[in-house]
Amino acid sequence: MKKYLTDLVVSSNERLHPNYCLLRLTQNVPLPEMFPGQFVEIKVENSPATFLRRPISINYVDRIKNELWLLIQIVGDGTRKLSELKEGDIVNLIYPLGNSFSIFDSQDKDKKLLLIGGGVGTAPMLFLGSKLKTLGYSPIFLLGARTSSDLLQLEMFLQFGTVYTTTEDGSQGEKGYVTNHSILKKRDFDMIYTCGPKPMMVSVVNYAKQIGISCEVSLENTMACGIGACLCCVENTIEGHICVCKEGPVVNIQKLTWQI
Amino acid sequence: MANLNVNIGNLQLKNPVMTASGTFGYGLEFSDFFDISKIGGIFVKGTTIHHREGNFYPRMAETPSGMLNAVGLQNKGVDYFISDIYPQIKDIDTNMIVNVSGSTIEDYIACAEKVNDLPQIPAIELNISCPNVKKGGMAFGTNCQSAAEVVAAVRKVYHKTLIVKLSPNVTDITEIARSVESAGADAVSLINTLLGMAIDAEKRKPILSTITGGLSGPCVKPVALRMVWQTAKAVKIPVIGLGGISNWKDAIEFILAGATAIQIGTYNFIDPTISVKVVDGINEYLDRHSFASVKDLIGVLECN
Repeated sequence: MKKYLTDLVVSSNERLHPNYCLLRLTQNVPLPEMFPGQFVEIKVENSPATFLRRPISINYVDRIKNELWLLIQIVGDGTRKLSELKEGDIVNLIYPLGNSFSIFDSQDKDKKLLLIGGGVGTAPMLFLGSKLKTLGYSPIFLLGARTSSDLLQLEMFLQFGTVYTTTEDGSQGEKGYVTNHSILKKRDFDMIYTCGPKPMMVSVVNYAKQIGISCEVSLENTMACGIGACLCCVENTIEGHICVCKEGPVVNIQKLTWQI
Repeated sequence: MANLNVNIGNLQLKNPVMTASGTFGYGLEFSDFFDISKIGGIFVKGTTIHHREGNFYPRMAETPSGMLNAVGLQNKGVDYFISDIYPQIKDIDTNMIVNVSGSTIEDYIACAEKVNDLPQIPAIELNISCPNVKKGGMAFGTNCQSAAEVVAAVRKVYHKTLIVKLSPNVTDITEIARSVESAGADAVSLINTLLGMAIDAEKRKPILSTITGGLSGPCVKPVALRMVWQTAKAVKIPVIGLGGISNWKDAIEFILAGATAIQIGTYNFIDPTISVKVVDGINEYLDRHSFASVKDLIGVLECN
């Protein structure tokens, strides 16, 4: 799949939360094909502390407005600079990068597909959910956050499927972690997709393995190049070290060697 | 348009800009972004006689104007390179150079012998300076005697252009350079990464799985430039300069300091097209200053 090194224009940058912004990018010609799970490497200008590009997963692609959405969690100087971008600013991207979530090529659109996201890990779940909806599936989202104000883009998720939530303080949905949600008692899912903090993904993997459900995780290993050249972002798998940027970020849990 | 050709031993380069081992994959990873045959050469990922898994994750820490890595020569071994990679890269119209590494002298010899048989690989870069492996690597390159031994041993079995990549983690890099020159090296390339370290203060733990790693990027450029200048004065063989080059001006500085050619490393991660931009920048500089050939610029730094 061809990768592009391109300047895109900021069409808007919306502060959804004190620690998150939604960067919408566009260009004059149609954006290339992108798949859920893929990411971009975005260059950060005017931040001396930021040397490397920042890998950010694709949150959504709006084909009508020709927009690429990036949900950015403000963690350090680099992401803070990205949060300060204004409409009309230019940003340089290398994209689309990495593999993508597997999607059933099935006539059976009643398959129960569970998408579990925590924190900024909800970002790729929106794009995946939108794609599944387009293909005729009815995805089930299980989204977790600390408090209700940290649950982002809920109105978007509701357009594409059923949404269940958990918050650590019980301010919205069930109290606790996503992996304690009562919906998981049903155990009748055909596939689980997940992205979020490592402890959360470990719990999800544990659940999926116990009841024998196929599951894919999207990894967030620290990386430099994003295109499989530097070999820094490796994950140890049953096939040896793989580059998360090229052979991931989506990995089937059968390949992982996590101590569960 | 100035003449950009330079020679490294018997190696003819269409221009002095090449990409550094470990930062450019096998070249193919960058072919979506530009015509990779437009640069003078590509040093492919460090290759060893046997498959190596490399070090555990985490292997990278970002630093101000640079990064530390501790990859540890992950590669599938020279036989895999010959069977699976070589057929894909052999017809790329530039110099495809294999970086050869090892844990023992025997490993270096065995790997170099196999690469010697590949008609479209015109040179090797002997890596005696990797700081991220427990055995071999930098251990060979930080001592004049062991550096000379491994180079002499490889020289006996390798009949094309032999470049030796030097470590900056030494008291006097010119002594090592002279040793490998005497042992039969056709050229030296410098610098490999500087041994460094990163700590996570909150967790009170090292960031890298190996604790220490190799520092690269624009932050090392002044050190690299100084070492290239010193080495170019100390040896008669060509010097290939690298270390933190991120634009054409950096490249010109290395050539003025005495480098016949340069390599671009870490900056390929920031701008995958930087190498070809540097070729264009050098050309414009030569035209602007009325130099007919880039060779006229090598080592002409005026220190008075």
